[in-house]
Amino acid sequence: MEFLGYQRHDGRVGIRNLILIFAVVECVEGIARRISEQVKSTVAVTHHYSCLHLGNEQVVNTMLGIAENPNIAGFILIGMGCEAFRAEIFSERLSKSGKPMEILGCREMGGLVRTIESGVEIARNMEGEISTQRRKPFALDHLVVAVKCGGSDATSGLAANASVGFAVDQLIKQGASVVFTEPIEAIGGETELYRRAAHESIRKRIEKVIVNEEKYWKMPGARMEFMCKGNIDGGLSSIEEKSLGALHKTGKSPIVGVLENSARKCERPTAPGLYFQDGTHLDAQAVTNLAAAGAQILVFTTGVGASFEGLITPTIRVCGNPTSFKKVKSDMDINAGTIIEGKESIEEVGSKIFREIIEVASGKKTKLEGLIPGVFDVLRPDPRLDMLAGISRRL
Amino acid sequence: MKRAIMIDPEDTVATLLSDAEAGEPIYIVRADGKETKALKAREPISMGHKVALMSLKKGDKVMKYGAVIGQAIRHIREGDHVHVHNMKSLRLVIPLNASRIPK
Repeated sequence: MEFLGYQRHDGRVGIRNLILIFAVVECVEGIARRISEQVKSTVAVTHHYSCLHLGNEQVVNTMLGIAENPNIAGFILIGMGCEAFRAEIFSERLSKSGKPMEILGCREMGGLVRTIESGVEIARNMEGEISTQRRKPFALDHLVVAVKCGGSDATSGLAANASVGFAVDQLIKQGASVVFTEPIEAIGGETELYRRAAHESIRKRIEKVIVNEEKYWKMPGARMEFMCKGNIDGGLSSIEEKSLGALHKTGKSPIVGVLENSARKCERPTAPGLYFQDGTHLDAQAVTNLAAAGAQILVFTTGVGASFEGLITPTIRVCGNPTSFKKVKSDMDINAGTIIEGKESIEEVGSKIFREIIEVASGKKTKLEGLIPGVFDVLRPDPRLDMLAGISRRL
Repeated sequence: MKRAIMIDPEDTVATLLSDAEAGEPIYIVRADGKETKALKAREPISMGHKVALMSLKKGDKVMKYGAVIGQAIRHIREGDHVHVHNMKSLRLVIPLNASRIPK
């Protein structure tokens, strides 16, 4: 089995050819968005953790991971010119990527209007340059697939996640890497995850991530919803129940690695197999983390029918609730509700998902791709909270 | 015919595959599709929600997928709707304002 992708200099393979317009500080976000609106192959990103460098190391690692994601073919870094969080923090490492790169400083350019004009021109030229690249066939060991759920209900564990799990096992058999995250949704499912750890050292790393997550959400004052209204309306009564359903999307393969995602580093898969990434279940930040770990594509399972699309990773939505599917059919890529209705088996739907992954990897547009700017947000756990709760994110 | 799936033989709850009215019989099927028993819904239960397969005392573990998903916080009778009003997590408790049940 092969897919068609774009060869990058570092040996990785992109499934899309995107130009990243990265506002390294949020005060120039508008500039990045205006440029992006005018040049088709671009995506605009920023983070909202201030223009000060110290304390933002995890943001740097995530953004480096995003720029190095193989779906990104080139980048334009935009700064204001007075920040400590400077474009040079990124450009030193990114200049080694072999991808075209430009840096724009708003003050140096003579202000906002000139920066936008100049940015549009540079982006158009870059678009021309990368448009000559052609897709070539690659084996699945060049594919990193992320799996994530959102808007889960009680059908998730029975249909959408179960069929994605089947596809995940097929992908891994053929040499692909698969990454899942959402540590909160491991709470209650530890027995299963520990049993699947490929080595004792991996079991320990899985345990550390879950223990950290439980501490983080048990902090005094953390009176926050960690399950959404849709989960509860859909019949899920506890995090354990949600977790046990959520873990079905990881299939039955052994867990060969746990990816650190911290102020120290943002790890990515180095060999085929199933990986667990430290991170979050919050959709926008999770999909960003997964892309930073090198995922080219996201499979998103839903019960309530969430129309979620990632910015860097084309997203295949799998809906397991037949009622939701009927309601938002135009946004859903795969109907797994047929499993609940008794019309199709988990294996039948799982095989469809596997084929869809290969097709989307080879260039087929997902139902929502290109219709809206996809979702993007950067996670930065508060280092003060981590210290208070005794959480170390070093694995 | 209303059906609910009992995923593991050790489960004390089953998940409804379609909406059931109060007093309606529900057929409990296993993951392999085989029917095991029938019981009566004591109240309306929506698709995806859980029905108690047996009576549970306050503090008893609630089992689904063959694993503990929480404990009963009040007495639960066979055929009752099992949800955030009569069970809770043993790990992370959902804040009260989030524990809404649709009318």
